[in-house]
Amino acid sequence: MKNAFLRYIILRVLQCLMVIFVGITVTFMIPRFTPVDPVEQAITRMTMFQQSTHPEALEEMRASLATLYGLEGSVFEQYLGFWGRLFRGDLGPSLSSFPRPVMTLIRTSLPWTAGLLLTSTIIAWSLGNIIGAFAGYFHHKKWSQVLGVMALVVWPIPYYIFAFLLLVLLAYVIPIFPLSGAFAIGSSPGLNWNFISSVLRHGFLPALSIVAIGFGGQFLGMRSLVSNVISEDYILYAEIAGVPNHRILKNYVIRNALLPQITGLALQLGMIFNGAMITEFVFSYPGIGYLAYTAIFSGDFGLIMGIAIFSIVAVALAVLIIDLLYPVFDPRVKLR
Amino acid sequence: MRSFFGILKDLLSRDGRFRFAFIALSALILFSLASYWSPHSPRFSFVVPPNMRPNLDYWFGTNSRGQDLFWMMTFATRNSLAFGLMTAALSRVISIFVGLTSGYKGGLYDRVLMAINDSFIVLPVLPILILLNFILRGQMNLFTLSLTMAFFGWAFDARLMRSQVLSLKEREFTNNAIFSGMKMHKITLKEHLPFVMPIVFSTWINNMMWAMGMEVTLSVLGLSNINIATIGTTIYWANQHQALISGVWWWLGAPVAISVLLFLSMYLTVISLNQHLDPRTRLQRIREATTDGT
Repeated sequence: MKNAFLRYIILRVLQCLMVIFVGITVTFMIPRFTPVDPVEQAITRMTMFQQSTHPEALEEMRASLATLYGLEGSVFEQYLGFWGRLFRGDLGPSLSSFPRPVMTLIRTSLPWTAGLLLTSTIIAWSLGNIIGAFAGYFHHKKWSQVLGVMALVVWPIPYYIFAFLLLVLLAYVIPIFPLSGAFAIGSSPGLNWNFISSVLRHGFLPALSIVAIGFGGQFLGMRSLVSNVISEDYILYAEIAGVPNHRILKNYVIRNALLPQITGLALQLGMIFNGAMITEFVFSYPGIGYLAYTAIFSGDFGLIMGIAIFSIVAVALAVLIIDLLYPVFDPRVKLR
Repeated sequence: MRSFFGILKDLLSRDGRFRFAFIALSALILFSLASYWSPHSPRFSFVVPPNMRPNLDYWFGTNSRGQDLFWMMTFATRNSLAFGLMTAALSRVISIFVGLTSGYKGGLYDRVLMAINDSFIVLPVLPILILLNFILRGQMNLFTLSLTMAFFGWAFDARLMRSQVLSLKEREFTNNAIFSGMKMHKITLKEHLPFVMPIVFSTWINNMMWAMGMEVTLSVLGLSNINIATIGTTIYWANQHQALISGVWWWLGAPVAISVLLFLSMYLTVISLNQHLDPRTRLQRIREATTDGT
């Protein structure tokens, strides 16, 4: 009994390490096995606006960039060195805001992404599942069908386009929300009402775009799961036994339909993270996604690399946390 | 082929969502094919007066680069659709290979392949694609872009195919094939693949939508080849010329409206196809048909 639980945990941790391993290996390989050399690219970009550069200075720059990107030695040595630096939490310096380390830049953007992502995902997931369960259980009611059509229309639209439509509609055509940023310029960060209300007002549209699409997906998933569960014999039995509707829904329907939805959340986490990044570009919200956006425009290869690596590790760990919480909802894991 | 038209006719007659999706998709495909009759090449700018509102001469208006948005959008839709089809085809090859092998072989093969597979499902693809396209930008064409997308977009569908093969493996005909000395690749390709085909088709459209959505994101960031007209690059150019601020809203309106219609109808096709293939709803249809008859 104890062993089964332990086995479950060990397997999950191994899978988490596997995700990190595969992701980091792919990001390691990209700059080395593509025909374009990031060092040459950076040098071209730097020398683009200068008439003449001393060849020795250029050579030195080439060498120092190669060290910076860890492109020295054989591929295998590079690979080991790459992991070595990662274990020390060293993602190298950022080229565009030299010599600030990439890690510092990520650390300042992280709270914004984490806050936005955490609140909007929790809201989207719980709302989608609760309302989806009701809509599946009362699937003949008019409101259930109307909600279904709404979720159906919102869900397939590409993230960028949906967020963009929201921005145009609610910040430009009907200007009730600010166009960009995370708080009003001039308000001092701290625990005062001005700042907090400004953060909430600025965060509302980005959060709404994540919630709306996430809600659609969870709603549709839960509704179809529930419509399967209610055709089971034990539900019919409970109905014949005269158990009140709300208790059937709470104790027998949702409880069973929720399990695949938790696994689903873990599987979709990477996608949700992608969505949050896109939302941040659209709303200029100063999180990890926006940091990547600025890195693209300033040609900062090291920063983009660092963000990719950090995102992989962060998402893998978040998935692990959901996986470890799963036994709380499904006690069978402990017994198997 | 007859069964294909049979399914099409059946879906058209009984499913309103499919009817909508079918008409919209056909119209969009015809629209994209119209690009072959375009009077202007998408590569040239200032061939028509710039910044014209949508009117009878220019149905979708013209943009600040002096291009007729109607004809631009025919190219954009064609390229985006071609890109989506290509990516889906390439990633189907990977997921069929992984799904069939992993399901059939089982054991250690299965465990290793699925561990890699699950990692690809969970990975946040966007930052990795940004890294990849950041290095390769300018050198990408639609084919290489779809190649890189296909590399990241196969995993979830491989799992679906694997679970199908797991049940096929237990059936009698598989044992028959093994005992008559069929090679493994022959069994999977000749005996199992036909049963997996419905999943291949329904995931095909899903994968197209994913790829085309990613294309929009990467293009808007300027990470694809911005000289090829696609839905994403049209939005990129509109943003570059600050279309919204200078009041040229139709420049953004055209790609947004077309992509909303396109994605909605593709999604409706998927769900009505899935419902059609689901044995539970099939039973319900038979029941309805018999009660209608009596």
